[in-house]
Amino acid sequence: MSKPVEEIRIGVYVCHCGTNIAGMVDVKNVADFASRLPGVTVSREYKYMCSDPGQELIRQDIKEHRLNRIVVASCSPLLHEETFRAATAKGGLNPFFFHLVNIREHDSWVHENRQDATAKANALVHAAVERVRSHKALTKKQVPVNPAVLVVGGGIAGIHAALTLANAGKKVYLVEREPTIGGHMAKFDKTFPTLDCAACILTPKMSSVKSHKNITLWSYSEVSRIEGYVGNFEVTVRRQPRYVREDLCVGCMECIDACVFKEAKFPNEFDEGLGKRKPIYVPFPQATPKVAVIDPDRCLNVKTGKCKKSCVASCDRGAIDFTQKPEDRQIKVGAVVVATGFKAFDAKRSPQYGYGVYPNVYTSLEVERLVNASGPTSGEVVLRDGRHPKTVGIIHCVGSREEHTNRWCSRVCCMYSLKLAHLVKEHSGAEVFNFYIDMRTPGKSFEEFYQKLLKEGVHFVRGKVAEVNDWVLDPSEQGKLVIRVEDTLLGTVRRIPVDMVVLGVGLEPHADAQEVRRLFNISCGTEGFFLERHPKLAPVNTFTDGIFLAGCCQGPKDIPDTVAQAGAAAAEALALIDSGHVELEPNTAYIVEEECSGCKSCVPLCPYKAISYVEDKKKAVINEALCKGCGTCVGACPSSSIKQNLFEDEQVFSEIRGVLADV
Amino acid sequence: MAGAMLNLIMENQTSTNGTASGFEPRIVAFFCNWCTYTAADLAGVSRLKYAANVRVVRVMCSGRVDPQFILDAFAKGADGVLIGGCHPGDCHYIEGNYKLLRRVRLLHRMLRDMGIEDDRFRLEWISAAEGEKVKTVINDMVEKVRKLGPLQLPQRFRDGDKELEGEQLKAEAAHV
Repeated sequence: MSKPVEEIRIGVYVCHCGTNIAGMVDVKNVADFASRLPGVTVSREYKYMCSDPGQELIRQDIKEHRLNRIVVASCSPLLHEETFRAATAKGGLNPFFFHLVNIREHDSWVHENRQDATAKANALVHAAVERVRSHKALTKKQVPVNPAVLVVGGGIAGIHAALTLANAGKKVYLVEREPTIGGHMAKFDKTFPTLDCAACILTPKMSSVKSHKNITLWSYSEVSRIEGYVGNFEVTVRRQPRYVREDLCVGCMECIDACVFKEAKFPNEFDEGLGKRKPIYVPFPQATPKVAVIDPDRCLNVKTGKCKKSCVASCDRGAIDFTQKPEDRQIKVGAVVVATGFKAFDAKRSPQYGYGVYPNVYTSLEVERLVNASGPTSGEVVLRDGRHPKTVGIIHCVGSREEHTNRWCSRVCCMYSLKLAHLVKEHSGAEVFNFYIDMRTPGKSFEEFYQKLLKEGVHFVRGKVAEVNDWVLDPSEQGKLVIRVEDTLLGTVRRIPVDMVVLGVGLEPHADAQEVRRLFNISCGTEGFFLERHPKLAPVNTFTDGIFLAGCCQGPKDIPDTVAQAGAAAAEALALIDSGHVELEPNTAYIVEEECSGCKSCVPLCPYKAISYVEDKKKAVINEALCKGCGTCVGACPSSSIKQNLFEDEQVFSEIRGVLADV
Repeated sequence: MAGAMLNLIMENQTSTNGTASGFEPRIVAFFCNWCTYTAADLAGVSRLKYAANVRVVRVMCSGRVDPQFILDAFAKGADGVLIGGCHPGDCHYIEGNYKLLRRVRLLHRMLRDMGIEDDRFRLEWISAAEGEKVKTVINDMVEKVRKLGPLQLPQRFRDGDKELEGEQLKAEAAHV
């Protein structure tokens, strides 16, 4: 019994996109060309195909001209494929009888010769017209979504995202690498431009995380594996041993007093090494969870096994447990928010500023700790040699906007440098110089803050600092650090002797950003920050569905922007899990059993183990639920018995035929 | 009639003889959805300018590229074939690009034996962030293929067929 051959009736729609396409491609020519192709019933050009009237055009034509295939030549399928599929469906056709041709991103925007661009558009439209003939009706597969969410990183971004989700009643796992959450924000003294105290606004949120019934907080832990797909991720979290039981420790810190090291002699990471701690410590007073942690590289007992273990004796709750081992926890979540933050630029990479050479050269983060009342000096600005600075030079753009280090603007340095200028002046009464290339203050009340600093008598020198050294050319420079700079407003080279230099270091991706990116199967931009799906319209989405971005791991940003983005990421995750199910693109592979020779070539090719070999039938079979639609097995099958929906051999061959046909 | 013919010839000339050398290469590209296709979108959004000779066919993964696609493109008159995939280790489908790489190595050898120069078939890893690389790779490839001149495989096939036919006729004549 043969099926009656359906007459192919194609509608072709060429979009002007205002002048975006029409400016470089002769859209009328393309529509005329398409109208002459076999099978094309209707061919039109329209100003904005994605607009309501544009989509309505498709719907009407399907009814009026009995169209059964639709081709739209407009922008990238990554933008509007879904739009036009929906329009096709509204006309009563299966949405997969549609194909989108990219004549904007791949044509009009990248070519300069109208004739060539038009010829290319014709070729691409020809390919699509050839292709849609062999399209088939498909349906999207629906799979249920696990309503739990994993948040990776416990800085302000992760904290905010986790709280938003938990407040919406969702189960949240918050995983943080360090022994405490809080991230960089916890180290700051005041925040610009309002000068409100960072700890005062952050620590209540940290406590809420700890006490929230919907949040499971795993600090000192890292995600080591993630498998599955949108809505159904299986995650392995590795919990490092802190040698102190979280369920028993109350954070009384008796153990710290009891430690055999009487003096705190190891640099405290939280104080950027300016303060000291013992092998057993609580990173800072408001650390969350407030549980002591033992540094395995410093603790005598962990390192050598020979120690009096006075900490164990001092803990009446018996919380110290040297038998702890790394522990793997398995969780299932439907969505992931990646909020892994940034790393401050290593100032030693710009040796001209003398960081690590001259003790009185500091990074901005170190100064954050110096001016902080809970910092190593209780907020007193004291130099490493014990002196109080009378003059301070703050150098902007260290590791930002530089050919040799990082080319991007780190966005926050101008503002935090202004803030530090204000705080240092306030705390020490010193004379403060700011050296800047451009003053970038684009934010609410930012420019006003700059104006305020100008009035406070802080000096501003416009110019990129060439060098910091201690060579004395003049008696006034004795015992000082000399900043050599071209003052571009005065048009002269200056030597400015100061007691203290502060380097406004930029923000850069974590050293292991590449590994993290591979772990979550997301992309990085050229500078190494995680790449959003679309810079404007999908700023917190990634190319992997169900994985969202928040905070500085996506690019430098200040606290308000970070919180806003974390909220957005949480909302996106909510939208996903609240819908209860996800629709998967039906581009899975399948095997035509009669044609399979049972050679097993495909079986080891599948990274998802979706293909198995059925011994009694001597055929391979594909488990559709596991297939993710890459098509690698299809490309390798020697008998062409594996097909991929949406990318059938015939469809690709007809596209090749189309693009190579004379136009 | 003659006028129409002339027009047709003129049209043909403008469409295929865009440059002084009289040859504009036709290159078919297979770009993976996640990295290279997106990079080409980025090149567009960034308004980078490159040669208009490449026609992109989108596939979900470079691993989907069947050697037959490449041979078919050459057989249908392509002067070059370009494949773009994610960098090794970055494949959206874990390792599809490695699977492709194996095929490409083999295919290069085969194409060489068929008299198709190496520069006509190229594999490039281009990440979603490398819009600039899309531009440089395409421009470079177009230049190289332009230097090599037209491949004209369909024409060669026809010539070969004709030659074979001639030989057969000769043989038949000798037989008679």
